[in-house]
Amino acid sequence: MILKTMSSGLVIQTVSKTFPSPTGPVRAVDNVSLTIQPNEFFTLLGPSGCGKTTLLRMIAGLDIPTSGSILLDNQDIAPLPAYQRPVNTVFQSYALFPHMTVTDNIAFGMKMQGKPKTEIDKAVKEALALVRLDDKGERMPAQLSGGQQQRVALARALVNHPKILLLDESLSALDYKLRKEMQIELKRLQRETGITFIFVTHDQDEALSMSDRIAVMEKGNVAQIGTPQEIYDRPATRFVADFIGICNFVKASSLGLNDNCDIGFRPEDASFTVGRGMGKGNIRHINYRGAVTHYIIELEGGETITLSEDDPQNVEVNDAVSLVIPPERLIRCTA
Amino acid sequence: MAASTSPSRLPGVATTAYLSLAFLYIPILVVIFFSFNANSLITVWHGFTTDWYVKAYENEDLRRATWNSMIVAVGATFFSTVLALMAAMGMRGRLPRGLAGTSQMMMTLPLLIPEIVIAIATMSFFSIILRSEFMAGTAFLKLVDQYPLTQVLIAHTVFCVPFAYSPIRARIETLPPSLFEAAADLYATPWQSFRRVTLPLMMPGVTSGAMLAFITSLDDFIITQMVAPPGAMTLPVYIYSMVRKGITPEINAVSAILLVISILLVVSSYVINQRKAS
Ligand SMILES: Nc1ncnc2c1ncn2[C@@H]1O[C@H](COP(=O)(O)OP(=O)(O)OP(=O)(O)O)[C@@H](O)[C@H]1O
Ligand SMILES: [Mg+2]
Repeated sequence: MILKTMSSGLVIQTVSKTFPSPTGPVRAVDNVSLTIQPNEFFTLLGPSGCGKTTLLRMIAGLDIPTSGSILLDNQDIAPLPAYQRPVNTVFQSYALFPHMTVTDNIAFGMKMQGKPKTEIDKAVKEALALVRLDDKGERMPAQLSGGQQQRVALARALVNHPKILLLDESLSALDYKLRKEMQIELKRLQRETGITFIFVTHDQDEALSMSDRIAVMEKGNVAQIGTPQEIYDRPATRFVADFIGICNFVKASSLGLNDNCDIGFRPEDASFTVGRGMGKGNIRHINYRGAVTHYIIELEGGETITLSEDDPQNVEVNDAVSLVIPPERLIRCTA
Repeated sequence: MAASTSPSRLPGVATTAYLSLAFLYIPILVVIFFSFNANSLITVWHGFTTDWYVKAYENEDLRRATWNSMIVAVGATFFSTVLALMAAMGMRGRLPRGLAGTSQMMMTLPLLIPEIVIAIATMSFFSIILRSEFMAGTAFLKLVDQYPLTQVLIAHTVFCVPFAYSPIRARIETLPPSLFEAAADLYATPWQSFRRVTLPLMMPGVTSGAMLAFITSLDDFIITQMVAPPGAMTLPVYIYSMVRKGITPEINAVSAILLVISILLVVSSYVINQRKAS
């Protein structure tokens, strides 16, 4: 099972999932097509309720697509029940077995596959060390903090060396420092094991820093797929631009441009000058943020935008300024 | 003064409560007390003896009835608990909301049906089968001839199902479905998932369901009386036949033993439930 085969990754073809509900059918995933490469760190990013968990569940075999097909290494996995898919999940709710110790939880998958005991013991020990819970093996899940439970869930899935690891908001319960450490750890694991990671998050920083590619989802649809840089620099829609990082949107005319659509730009891409620039405005607020300083500027048309500068500028509230934005940093969205 | 505004402080409420307790337990205590009486008159105290227990033990009919009761209770407990567990698992989450409520109600409704009605229904049902000329009828007849307890066992299994079902159902409701999904995700076949995850987690509900079924079967009189053929007398039925010849301290002794078994089971069922809750 762990043998590396010639693989062509995971292909999701026009997959939809509809749930019945009292107010009529809910289309949780709407005609999604994706190809995920072997050994890719692929992230599904989107707001709550956009269908991320549902898509993961269909890959794991826990939900059956209403239509469409899912191919793993050129094989249609639709007929395979969850327990026969070389896929493991780190559940959003952890779903640890409350009647088993941490060690037994982690060993569960290998036991079910009938692996020899010595191999299981060794793998479990390594997995515990990996998630820094070496001394907690004999505890019951209820005796662990939320973050520790989440790490057990991670170890329990990883220890099986699946072809695909599905992670549903798997770092969300960790504190900032541990989270950063686990991000680096996950990235390293993914590179070393050759496992494909499909990672669900609604934290855009996490998505940008960890992913090879990101699919931004909106209401059951994929709004854009691309590398973090593509998505950040060239968001396909206004929704994507807004969801990834902060983006100012103003009328083209406010920037002195001859266009009738809205133009977007990132706070860090624009700067201001007291001399000539693209649009005029007044500084309304100066917000010192440590590494950067935010300037809230009201344009002459009444629109309010945010700029960020690395070094504090020599200006004061109510000073009149003009914007300077390199033309290639302007974002023109189709929708 | 604040306390007197509570309705539970009305005059007579506390007294009535204590009287109720007394009425409930004094007759039982009297039965136990006279089971140690060294006189066959059950209302006059003559001194302490355990002879009646020895005599009860030496009564062969009584021993056979006790043995029958145990076989039926153990068998009915096993089958009804298995059926109840399967019903609870089968009905969970699969039915639309309205139907789920209805099915649950129908599972527990027999608890409220007068026992005599169930007894008559069961008896008629058996006689229809036994008289039918289909294969099932003759096969059943053969079985009943060979094992006189068959009908009692079947009847007990059926009426014990609702008793076993209630605590099992209550327990299954507390288990999140994601646990079973996690088991499947971790390569457990449905059977392995049942063995390793469902059953251990259901155990508190299953145990208290089984105990309720056991005690219900052990206690039953009306239904057994109706369906039991001559060779299949259970303990309560036998005690009743003894009573018709007059109450003796021997009966008191048997009742006391039955009482102790019942109390032990009820208390352990309660303790298990408490432990599950904490
Ligand atoms: N079993 C279900 N029955 C009915 N509707 C469901 C079911 N599961 C999900 N949905 C609906 O499908 C939509 C997508 O849900 P999903 O859980 O996939 O969202 P999500 O992107 O994972 O959100 P979150 O970030 O909050 O976890 C939601 O509108 C949800 O209400
Ligand atoms: Mg989710």
